[in-house]
Amino acid sequence: MATSTTKALAGDEPPRPSPRPGGEGTARRRGALWHRLDIKGAPYAFVAPFFIVFAAFSFYPLIYTSWISLHDVELATLDVMEWVAFDNYVELWGDSRFWNAVQNTITIGVISTVPQLMMALGMAHLLNYRMRASLFFRVASLVPYATSVAAAALVFTMIFERDFGMINWALGSVGIDPVDWEADKWPAQVAISTIVIWRWTGYNALLYLAAMQAIPADRYEAASLDGASRWKQFIHVTIPGIRSTIVFTIVLSTIGATQLFGEPLIFGQGPNGVTGGADNQYQTLGLLLYEEGWKNYQMGRSATVAWAMFMLLVLVFVVQRVIKRLRSRTS
Amino acid sequence: MGTLGSLRRKAVATAAAVGALALVVGCSSGDDSATGGGKKDGKVTITMGMYGVMGIKETGLLEQYEKENPDVDIKAEIAGDEQTYYTALQTRLAAGKGLKDIQGIEIGRAKEITETQADKFADFSDVPGTDHFLPWKESQISTEDGKVLGLGTDIGPMAVCYRKDYFEKAGLPTDREEVAKLWAGDWKKYVEVGRDFKKGFKGGDVAYMDAASGLFNAMVYGYPEQYYDDKGELIYDSNPAVKEAWNLSADAAEDGLTAKLRQFQPGWDPGLANGTFATAVCPAWMLSHISEKAGDANKGKWDVAKAPKGANWGGSFLGVVEQSPVKEEAKKLVAWLTAPEQQAHIFKEIGNIPSSRTALDSPEVKNAKSEYFSGAPIGQIFGAAAQEIPDKQVLGRKDGTIKDTFSQGLALIEQGDAKRDEAWKTTGERIEKAVG
Repeated sequence: MATSTTKALAGDEPPRPSPRPGGEGTARRRGALWHRLDIKGAPYAFVAPFFIVFAAFSFYPLIYTSWISLHDVELATLDVMEWVAFDNYVELWGDSRFWNAVQNTITIGVISTVPQLMMALGMAHLLNYRMRASLFFRVASLVPYATSVAAAALVFTMIFERDFGMINWALGSVGIDPVDWEADKWPAQVAISTIVIWRWTGYNALLYLAAMQAIPADRYEAASLDGASRWKQFIHVTIPGIRSTIVFTIVLSTIGATQLFGEPLIFGQGPNGVTGGADNQYQTLGLLLYEEGWKNYQMGRSATVAWAMFMLLVLVFVVQRVIKRLRSRTS
Repeated sequence: MGTLGSLRRKAVATAAAVGALALVVGCSSGDDSATGGGKKDGKVTITMGMYGVMGIKETGLLEQYEKENPDVDIKAEIAGDEQTYYTALQTRLAAGKGLKDIQGIEIGRAKEITETQADKFADFSDVPGTDHFLPWKESQISTEDGKVLGLGTDIGPMAVCYRKDYFEKAGLPTDREEVAKLWAGDWKKYVEVGRDFKKGFKGGDVAYMDAASGLFNAMVYGYPEQYYDDKGELIYDSNPAVKEAWNLSADAAEDGLTAKLRQFQPGWDPGLANGTFATAVCPAWMLSHISEKAGDANKGKWDVAKAPKGANWGGSFLGVVEQSPVKEEAKKLVAWLTAPEQQAHIFKEIGNIPSSRTALDSPEVKNAKSEYFSGAPIGQIFGAAAQEIPDKQVLGRKDGTIKDTFSQGLALIEQGDAKRDEAWKTTGERIEKAVG
């Protein structure tokens, strides 16, 4: 029934004369038009909200940011813009703070992402065993992810506090000198990475776990028949089995690490948070953007940093693609 | 780090859904996002935005005003950190949305507002009964063409807060008169006393002062010109006052006289509670912070002595936004809140020194004593210090930012990241970036 109507409307058959003019036929035709709209139009209607939202909240800001980055403009007087072409970019290129921020973003990114993903792998492997109350542990591993950055960072700030923090107290009880976690470069970066690791390990572990459960059990059986130990099974069955998930988490972590912002901001607090420490020892690109925009109120320079971050990410993925292609060619 | 990307996407989608909804709702119910309060059924709602401990809400003044004016309803919102508050204020001024009827203005931002946003604030020059302020206080918030953008709340004359028990342990006098004599007239002597303190102190790890930046601010603010001259030109790198303050603070830092803390940041408060330092240069408004954070356990251990030199560190204003729908009512409220009686009341309750001449001369201010600080006659000490503040006070557009940058520069020396010349150079470069 439905098909025949559609066909009739699609014009495969010549339109039949309606028995009564203006009667059933028009109504039917109108109903059919709705039906066609429903079939062809509905998908667009359903995906439209995303694209409208994308246009409003991602694409438009992207374009507007690039426009601002070509100007000299202050937050207090957004209507007064002075065209400076690519001056902001040239200046940023020669700015030591920018390269310092790039470096910090990379080092904090590496010391948070690498241990985090490895620990997540290990955790997922353990959660994958049959064990009592596994659901509890799976849910528990997601709890840090559900905590807000602000709350987590604040608690860690207190734990890492120099004079009365828990960590220095613990170090002191075994006779190690207190560490000035905020003021020294590497301790500060390690402390910030700890917050990141704490928040995201469980989340990644669950992603891995989901992938691991999709690996057919007979592969493990075959491996154990061949006498492979659990560690061997992990290396030769599990890891290859979830390779695409690993790649996925690496990509996401890289994006996340580039945008690292909340943790260092709250870790430093006040003016020190904005500049990433008195010596910019943990200023990430996200913080530099914030400092330019919301401490110095220079929106043009802030927008330039935003675009530099975006281009850096693009560059990372281009390099990654090139390496992948080269590798597949050699193998 | 994981999936901030996807998280953000979700957040954006949610925000969009909520936003779309808000648009629909917003269209039907009128514009809620406009500035401040309004009038409804004969009742006036006035909104206020403040920061820190300005003492207006904390001492019950708003309730009193509501009681005296039953048709007025006041909604006050207080941000803890002035930096965060000012950033939000800037954003809202730029957007022209989300502003409160009354907005607090910190002294470090006064110049920026009078120079760039005078048209967004209401004029107070025609409000009757507001001629009781210290003349320099009012000039700080006035534009060149005579517009007064706000009324003053408190000012920040200085003293030195010190721990009597620690001074005793270090073999120094403990009486506030004698302590003041130790460093009378020169901040250098204050640092000298610190060296004696360090040598003499027996009994644990206690630093002489909390932070080098406190000393620096106290010295710099004792001069009429700090970072800008009265033509608005930057002089922070050539002003001898700044260089002198920098060098003495660097001396204190290099000699290990400071606890290497950052004022008003984490670490400072537990430092007060646990007594890790013996002195702090304290503007009047800092007393309430110290007594609150050091807590009852340290009551009576602290005392207040006259500072070597007069200076003004801090102080605020209350302004009314031009586009406020209840502008006249808000101006009336501000005039009342900053009237001599109310300023004296705030001083009595929490120790913020009035910016009103009349209030400063009132007996209740003059005779005030602080129980927490060993019964120190804070009315006399700070009242006298207020007289020593230079009559001319030149403000600059980015005073607040420059002050923060200098504090960080001194932290570089305290933390051992840089020698003083290097730190000076870095600070200069950063200021260039921030104000250029």
